[in-house]
Amino acid sequence: MTMPYYVAPEQVMKDRAEYAQKGIARGRSLVATTYDLGIAIVADNPSRSLHKISEIYDRIAFAGVGKYNEFDQLRVSGIRHADTKGYAYSREDVEARSLANLYAQYLGQVFTHEMKPLEVEILVAELGTELRPPQMYHIAYEGTITDEDRYAVLGGETETIAQRLEQEWTSGWSLADALRSAVGALAGSDRTLGGPDLEVAVLAEGNGRRSFRRLVDGELEALLG
Amino acid sequence: MTLPLFSTTEDPGPDFAGLIRRLKVPGPSPTAATMSAGTAAEDRFRHGTTVAALRYADGVVMAGDRRATEGHAIAHRSMEKVFPADRFSAVAIAGAAGPAVEMVRLFQTQLEHYEKVEGVVLSLEGKANQLSQMVREHLPMAMQGLAVVPLFAGFDLTRGTGRIFTYDVTGGHYEETEYNATGSGGRDARTTIKLGYRVGLARDEAVELSIEALYEAADEDSATGGPDLIRGIYPLVATVTADGFLSVPEDEVAERFAALIERRRAEGRQP
Repeated sequence: MTMPYYVAPEQVMKDRAEYAQKGIARGRSLVATTYDLGIAIVADNPSRSLHKISEIYDRIAFAGVGKYNEFDQLRVSGIRHADTKGYAYSREDVEARSLANLYAQYLGQVFTHEMKPLEVEILVAELGTELRPPQMYHIAYEGTITDEDRYAVLGGETETIAQRLEQEWTSGWSLADALRSAVGALAGSDRTLGGPDLEVAVLAEGNGRRSFRRLVDGELEALLG
Repeated sequence: MTLPLFSTTEDPGPDFAGLIRRLKVPGPSPTAATMSAGTAAEDRFRHGTTVAALRYADGVVMAGDRRATEGHAIAHRSMEKVFPADRFSAVAIAGAAGPAVEMVRLFQTQLEHYEKVEGVVLSLEGKANQLSQMVREHLPMAMQGLAVVPLFAGFDLTRGTGRIFTYDVTGGHYEETEYNATGSGGRDARTTIKLGYRVGLARDEAVELSIEALYEAADEDSATGGPDLIRGIYPLVATVTADGFLSVPEDEVAERFAALIERRRAEGRQP
């Protein structure tokens, strides 16, 4: 009988992390930022039908980067969780924090126990209320959860994009300013991104009960200037 | 609560009713085994009453009274029986109030859930079918005296017109070409609409006709509430057009009832 080689647990985790990071870095990035009336999410995504950004509940949105089938499964389970909770309890009992925790637990569990970690990074954003500021929970492939209150960058090259955004980010800026800076940060200096290359959505007051809204075509072009 | 994840073979897809069945969250129709109502069930449960819908030039008008009864007693004076199902459709209920209201809640969630999971809105026909399935599942309860009979109407965006669907307790659904009403005062409401209806009514005429229909139904049926001028409770009226679901403001409904009574007095008819 041949004995399997001993592999140190540190090495196993390192290999898995590298594997997941590589997968995520291959895809395109995504930026979310607060602005004066809500939260804007901008993804470098030329597809009109395979969305990276989606509505979860009245005030909650989801965004994911990495492997599409993996984050889409997470997206659908988030909608299921939120709708079931709102149906069994009340609409106001559905909040992003508990959903973000569930995602983090699931990603963490898959990372340590399964053969292959999920090659995704996700964001759960919630529009603020008078009592609560807007929330953005950034959850990494291994289940690390960070709570961002200004902006979040997901995907590959996050550090460079975050640096570019950091220089321009201003508290309470307008949607047009926020979008232009977010697109600029995503594109960098060597390329330009226009309306057709982008998927943009906002969580904003004034859309009625469901605050999620996609910005497309003329409206998006006008905002990008 | 945990994250609801399913294997690909057991995935409920965009079906919310199927999802809560798998998660064992109780829906609007308890299984027949969990309740054995006697023959006098109607005295013990709240019942809803007259709801009407009619087509007009821009879409549909839907109206419903506010009274709930338990046997011969009035159980509630300001019950809502007309609800938005989603942005472009409305649902009104008659029958046992408890399961009816729950059915509406499930139906609303079902439509929104589909839209979010699939990324597209169900067709109006698809929505009507979904409601049909919920009514059908409720049949065992209906046989025990707790029938729920909804009325569904909406604006069909592909055809560019308003459409109305009626239901029976078995879940059968039938498209109406012009108008219909259901509930214990439904017959009176229907007759009133029939007398004043013509194709291509304007919005104001259609709202007026629905109000008159409810007025007549309340006049003839003890389980239908009329305008309650003392407490300021009026029937609910809503329109669904290309702009979506819109409630007719309570002030307008109140004014129309006042004008209706005034007009009849002036004409020397009984109000």
